[in-house]
Amino acid sequence: MTTPEEQPLDARPPSAAVRARPVMVRLRGVVKRFGANAVLKGMDLDIHKSEVVCIIGPSGSGKSTMLRCMAFLEAYDGGEVFVEDRLLGYSTGRDGQRVRAGDAEINQVRRNIGMVFQQFNLWPHMTALGNVTEAPRRVRGMPRAQANELGMRMLEKVGMAPRAHAYPAQLSGGEQQRAAIARALAMEPHIMLFDEPTSSLDPELVGEVLQVMKQLARDGMTMVVVSHEMGFAAHVADTVVFIDQGLIVAQGPPQEIFQGEQHPRLQQFLQNYLERNAFWTR
Amino acid sequence: MKLDLSVLTSNTGAILGGFAITLETWIAGVAIGILAGLAIALLQRRGVSPINRLLRLYIEVVRGTPFLVQLFFLYYGGPSIGLQLEAVTAGILGLGIYGSAYFAEVFRAGFNAIPKGQMEAATCLGLSRWQTVRRVMLPQMLVIIVPSLSNTIIVLSKETAVLSVITVPELTGVLTGIGSASYAFTEVLVTLCFGYLLLVEMTAWFGRWAEAKVGRYMLR
Repeated sequence: MTTPEEQPLDARPPSAAVRARPVMVRLRGVVKRFGANAVLKGMDLDIHKSEVVCIIGPSGSGKSTMLRCMAFLEAYDGGEVFVEDRLLGYSTGRDGQRVRAGDAEINQVRRNIGMVFQQFNLWPHMTALGNVTEAPRRVRGMPRAQANELGMRMLEKVGMAPRAHAYPAQLSGGEQQRAAIARALAMEPHIMLFDEPTSSLDPELVGEVLQVMKQLARDGMTMVVVSHEMGFAAHVADTVVFIDQGLIVAQGPPQEIFQGEQHPRLQQFLQNYLERNAFWTR
Repeated sequence: MKLDLSVLTSNTGAILGGFAITLETWIAGVAIGILAGLAIALLQRRGVSPINRLLRLYIEVVRGTPFLVQLFFLYYGGPSIGLQLEAVTAGILGLGIYGSAYFAEVFRAGFNAIPKGQMEAATCLGLSRWQTVRRVMLPQMLVIIVPSLSNTIIVLSKETAVLSVITVPELTGVLTGIGSASYAFTEVLVTLCFGYLLLVEMTAWFGRWAEAKVGRYMLR
């Protein structure tokens, strides 16, 4: 899908060690249009086992859309998304044309993907524990006692065990997001997608969520994080991907992206970020 | 003015019978209306465009024409297409159809009030469409719509009075019959008003109770 002119010149491959691991998610020429407007213009990306990929870029660049295509919350219009080598969202119809797969088949491929949202999206009529145990019970058919035990273990992991029986409305934003992470973890995903997980949090609550994500990364979870938290990207990511206007403009290890020779658009983006956030050094 | 209560006391059996028919047609009509309305609202969410246009047309026609005319069509026009219904059955069915259009709109508004992200979370976790409806959407939607739901049910309780025109022996039919025979219209009409007030107040009380009960977690 990508024409040679559009291919970024300074895109760097991920480091050899990471690249040697098996590919968990493979994007090939992924295109997404909203009406006449192409939001993703042909994206290629490999996400390897236990790799932490941070996606940065200006708003409207297509970061969230790309992440949502990986969970098939948006149906992409061109190219392919493979999750653990299985094509996500489509199957081949009788006439050889690509058709949207059935719900059950999509769920099969998506089963190992967990998603965390900017707005948490907890179900307000269930407690934190209820939110975490819902999918194990309904989707896996796990008995209540076993699901509760699993749920408590997941809440423990994110430091939310003492708040297990609180309803979302009784929780702070940071607590809600940690419960939402526990909810996704309860389905034992192989890949976790984070869509601006800290963007709707008060600044003092951002740290507790990032802490949980760092622990996940340490535990070897494969993670794709769309975020404006450059600190997290710099310290935790194996690979930073810079997206602008629906294309991957640069990708590489954080030190290359943040300190290496920079594509002009990336340079401008980071300069803007610096001016907004590090005013005390200027 | 002097009220002659003997008109009422001598017809107690007939009046209570009429009240029972009013209750029966109302409750059965509301039940049909709610089930059909929910089915319509759920079908609309699937977003299949020809079906949606058809459902939209149904709602517009039912809401856009008088209940009285719909009843005439069903009861007097029905036989010409082979639909021969007892008066009470036609009344219940008519009320169900009439109510379904309003209930469908209530449910649609309720579904739309739930943030889309909650459904996306359910999708990502592998919940099926029906599990998402039953476990995530319905419980929340009920809380949101209880006030407009009880409002619609109250409106329908009074629409049962219209069934008298297709000879359903419900409260209005029975009492106006007694009025015409005895010329005691004041007594009869006052009784009629109290009859419906009783129904409406019962429903309103139940609605408030339900609102308090289902809304508990929202108030925390």
